[in-house]
Amino acid sequence: MSAADEVEVVTEGQAVEAVPKRAMTLGAGTSLTVLVLLLVIPLFVKNFIIFQMTMLLIYGLAVLALNILTGGSGQFSLGQSAFYAIGAYTSAILMEHFNLNYALTLPVAGLLCFVAGFLFGQPALRLSGVYLALATFALATAMPQLLKLGYFEHWTGGVQGLVVTKPDAPEYLESALKALHLNISQDMWVYYFTLVITVAIYVWSVNLLRSRSGRALMAIRDNEIAASSMGVNVALYKTLAFGVSAGITGVAGGLGAIAVQFVAPDSYTITFAISLFLGMVVGGVGWLPGSFVGAAFIIFVPNISESISKGLSGAVFGVLLFLVIFLVPHGARQVAIAGQQLAGRFRR
Amino acid sequence: MRSCQLHAAALAAAAFALTTGNALAQKKYDTGAGDTEIKIGNIMPYSGPASAYGVIGKTEQAYFDKINAEGGINGRKIKFISYDDGYSPPKTVEQARKLVESDEVLLVFNPLGTPSNSAIEKYMNTKKVPQLFVASGATKWNDPKDFPWTMGWQPSYQSEAHIYAKYLIKEKPEGKIAVLYQNDDFGKDYLKGLKDGLAAKASMIVAEESYESAEPSIDGHIVKLRASGADVFVSITTPKFAAQAIKKLAEIDWHPIHVLSNVSASVGGVMQPAGYENAQGILSAAYAKDGADPQWDNDPGMKNFFGFLAKYYPDANKRDGSVVYGYGVAQTLVHVLKMCGDDLTRENVMKQAASLRNFETDTLLPGIRINTSPTDFAPIQQLKMMRFKGDKWELFGDIISGELSN
Repeated sequence: MSAADEVEVVTEGQAVEAVPKRAMTLGAGTSLTVLVLLLVIPLFVKNFIIFQMTMLLIYGLAVLALNILTGGSGQFSLGQSAFYAIGAYTSAILMEHFNLNYALTLPVAGLLCFVAGFLFGQPALRLSGVYLALATFALATAMPQLLKLGYFEHWTGGVQGLVVTKPDAPEYLESALKALHLNISQDMWVYYFTLVITVAIYVWSVNLLRSRSGRALMAIRDNEIAASSMGVNVALYKTLAFGVSAGITGVAGGLGAIAVQFVAPDSYTITFAISLFLGMVVGGVGWLPGSFVGAAFIIFVPNISESISKGLSGAVFGVLLFLVIFLVPHGARQVAIAGQQLAGRFRR
Repeated sequence: MRSCQLHAAALAAAAFALTTGNALAQKKYDTGAGDTEIKIGNIMPYSGPASAYGVIGKTEQAYFDKINAEGGINGRKIKFISYDDGYSPPKTVEQARKLVESDEVLLVFNPLGTPSNSAIEKYMNTKKVPQLFVASGATKWNDPKDFPWTMGWQPSYQSEAHIYAKYLIKEKPEGKIAVLYQNDDFGKDYLKGLKDGLAAKASMIVAEESYESAEPSIDGHIVKLRASGADVFVSITTPKFAAQAIKKLAEIDWHPIHVLSNVSASVGGVMQPAGYENAQGILSAAYAKDGADPQWDNDPGMKNFFGFLAKYYPDANKRDGSVVYGYGVAQTLVHVLKMCGDDLTRENVMKQAASLRNFETDTLLPGIRINTSPTDFAPIQQLKMMRFKGDKWELFGDIISGELSN
């Protein structure tokens, strides 16, 4: 390995390291392969696996949103579960009380969360680093209790939560597939629906970070003073990052409510916020494709550790997490870079 | 009276023989059952905020180990698959789907928690897989018309509250009741039960205060309740707050009739920390025997229970009510599966579960029986009042039924 290669593995300096924007995404070939796999796999697996894949995409979106905030603009948040909850409840309430079509509830959820995030971003401007993390932590702790409040109970169902009806595939699609002797289950439909939205948001996010706004965010992340002296409106971009992140989390929350068919305050506790944070770190801070690797980690690793030992599942999970952080501190991104280098060497 | 009981027993035996006889002729199986094995699924919070209840799952596993070691149920071994949901509803959904679609269990037995069970209720009923004997005291599990595949087990909070209402109407008809309740499904369900039970006498309640489970102290609420001039204090609280309330009452020298919900009736968990001297005379109700109470040491049922613990689950804490609970509910399931004979279809499991007649587990208080019918999905509805004296509970009075009229 040459010295130049060594530099590729970024050395840690600040809390959120500077990720060059090119390195935030995957190559076109890899992206297409992954997309094809995501399209084809559900045709051959059980509904349960499809459901797990749906959850993977949804959690992936939520981690992605956090990644834009932390990896993009360098702000920490432990409050993503709160925005996820707002999104989930918005979708659930609109579907169950107002009979709105499930697809239409998502933009509403996203918009509402964008506004909520933007507003929360205002006071958050004065805080940075651990203090911001703490403020968002408060948001996450407060959310389940707010949802239980008697005042909202008529809408939220209080502690009992709300049951959401799972959508069927649209009739024209169903009849078209029937003609081909194919059946589409509810799970499969929800999966493809989620996939389309996830891909759209992913592509949009990648473009966002490559755009002028993305460059401004990264400038803020790397050095706020330098960014402001270059003419970047630091306050505006920081709050915008909060808003965008919350908005995407809200859409993920709405999708989550549709896929799980149930919302309750206990689903959106601080533990969930920490899981998302964990997913981001495991996936690699600032590396967008890593979000989905991180999501896989928070969904599947608890199951694996449980199968190893029921009584000590928490401890086993801790050991696995420790191993990941110890061996690959930059998460999936580091693995990907190492893989690329390896492939490059073989080519030579 | 005696002959009447004999008759009933004979009839039950005949009916049992008939059903098994029928089933012998034709072995019928649904997914998850076969000639050698019955797959039972379960979801427990082994991790997370409610992980103390994980003991229930472990006890059930140990009980099924015992059944398997003794030859299984009608020759079939039980394969018990228990997953952790960390008390998080989305995870419960994932685990329930894994059990039904991937592990292909015959039924999901005793999943724990009101929110977790609410999350999977619709799914289980659409899939027509029994969600049998759920571990939650919510009243909603007794709804055979809308959810014919879901059944509770323990007395519902409302049933228990009915019993206190009956007692208070009888013993303290002119009483003024102050209620402290936890602001969640448990507290609200309970309060509703109390009011329904008091019915026309609901005006006996002169003050209501709710607290959040996140509040550090409930002292303020107690002082407020005292100011209402009440002489009966109903404490619908979870253990930590129950102990606080007992202490505070002694501190401000307020001595009303103190009724305490069964969930907090633990001697080790509530009475001891609150101080035995402060807890004298507190009233509550129970349906199961207390493993720590020496009065059951020579009870044949509890001897079975202790024997089981010694052999199959030696590191269990017999003072822990969850162990007694897990044993009792697992015993009920085994009884239902025995009744199913060779017709191990999901439909028959529900049918047999809905036709329990005067079934007694080793751990139920003497005289308390499990009864179900196609329109009654609440297996245990009876409790016995008890009063705290010295360092233990003393049972008194008759068995009271808290049956809810739907």
